[in-house]
Amino acid sequence: MSGPFSALGSFWAWISYVFDPFCGPVGVFSLFGSSTVVACGDAGWGDEIAFGVKVTISLALATLPLGLAIGFFMALALQAEDKVLRLAAGIYTTIFRGLPELLTLFIVYYGAQILIQSAFAALGYDERIEINAFFAGMVALSVVFSSYCSEVLLSAFKAIPYGQYEAGDALGLRRAHTMGLVILPQLVRIALPGLGNLWMNLLKDTALVSIIGLSDILRQTGVAAKVSKEAFFFYVLACILFLLLAIISSYGLRHIEKWAYRSEKRR
Amino acid sequence: MSYVQELIPPRPAPAVAIKPVSASRITGVVLLTLWALLGVALVYMIVSGWDVEKFTRYGPRYLSGLWVTLSLVGVSLALGALLSLPIAFARMSSNRFLNALAYGYVYVFRGTPLLAQLYLIYYGFGSFRPQLEAVGLWWFFREAWYCGMLSMMLNTAAYQAEILRGAILSVPKGQFEGAQSLGLPASVTFRKIVLPQALIVALRPYGNEIILMIKGSAIVAVVTVLDLMGQTRYVFSRTFDYQAYLWAAIFYLSIVELLRHAWAAIEARLTRHLKR
Repeated sequence: MSGPFSALGSFWAWISYVFDPFCGPVGVFSLFGSSTVVACGDAGWGDEIAFGVKVTISLALATLPLGLAIGFFMALALQAEDKVLRLAAGIYTTIFRGLPELLTLFIVYYGAQILIQSAFAALGYDERIEINAFFAGMVALSVVFSSYCSEVLLSAFKAIPYGQYEAGDALGLRRAHTMGLVILPQLVRIALPGLGNLWMNLLKDTALVSIIGLSDILRQTGVAAKVSKEAFFFYVLACILFLLLAIISSYGLRHIEKWAYRSEKRR
Repeated sequence: MSYVQELIPPRPAPAVAIKPVSASRITGVVLLTLWALLGVALVYMIVSGWDVEKFTRYGPRYLSGLWVTLSLVGVSLALGALLSLPIAFARMSSNRFLNALAYGYVYVFRGTPLLAQLYLIYYGFGSFRPQLEAVGLWWFFREAWYCGMLSMMLNTAAYQAEILRGAILSVPKGQFEGAQSLGLPASVTFRKIVLPQALIVALRPYGNEIILMIKGSAIVAVVTVLDLMGQTRYVFSRTFDYQAYLWAAIFYLSIVELLRHAWAAIEARLTRHLKR
């Protein structure tokens, strides 16, 4: 069984090497920085920084679905008929929109550690436990993302006229079908600009996980800056990388917007 | 001719339908119970871990941290507002070079994390120590407080410039034309006609920006500024007491909520002539 898998693995490794924008055969660092501090391999910091970019992107991409899902259900709860549910959801968004992202990150990181540790201690298992920085970052960022997302989605929900729900009922659609086939497509269209802004914020907030030791862009460039004593160059590089990510996502968002609005185009 | 001879006898009122317990009610109760448990746990943690010695030793540190946070945010917001004026005007000018310059500034400072900008200013400029000493600016870049202030100021200037630009563009063109037809000079037009209308539009985004800055200021703790977050990290490193973070959360949450409500009240007061 391991034969095809290892072949697939090496093929994937080859693909990711060839199309690596930093250290691949046509990567920026291997083309222009081969004998500088950003060279790939052991000579420079190119491959470490490329790894940091991967970590940042994967953290943001891992946070997005979780945050969107929590945010969607929070938005549903915020407009529920039931007072209790509205109150509970309101507390959630108020707390996590009021706390600094850094503090949320620390509270999740250390709090989860203490919680798990005391749970294990109660079971008679005494050992120091460190939770994964990636996981802690993902949870903290998705909590923050979802509390903003719920507000964006809530205002989008309010923009959809009530007649749409009634029309769904009149057609005999179930509630879930009304939501999925009638409301959601319109919701996405209305909420897209707001969600795009939130994605940009998320991308910038991922920089915070470098403080709890996850090797993202800022952490890797920081280590490089400390060792090579070229702090200015490496931090400018970090800023440029974040800027590139922002530019790429704004292009992507424009395409998604075009796709979402394709039904409203004048023919 | 036929007509009704027997009236329908009166019937008792229908029985009050018992509302079935809906799923949303159950979810709400569960979530609210969770919140209540969390709140009780928080209070219990604070009460059971109450230590007079810790309180007298670290309490004043929190207050000084609070002052550092507020002064840092206040100074950088005020200076950022000053800096945002020329940027906003450059962004609206017809001069293509100025326009591109302001656009680039806004794009760079809004597209990169504040933390990266802070590192760039504190560590990056710090590596040019001999040059800075020669220019006589080393005293500025040596202090973490100044560096934090500078990075926050540059960052908020970019955001405030966009707020200001959006607000000024939202003033209808007829207002300019009306002022022109009255023969008012451009400076008076701007000060007395455009700005008051623009500031009302900008009121809400400005409030959001202040809250964002208070939350964003927590990161200056990373470069050794002892603001509220910095003091919290110091206390946690000394005591390993999780309460340190909870107190910081309480402080930040109350500042933000206070500010949010105060700002809403101010906004309601300032826009009362627009209400019908």
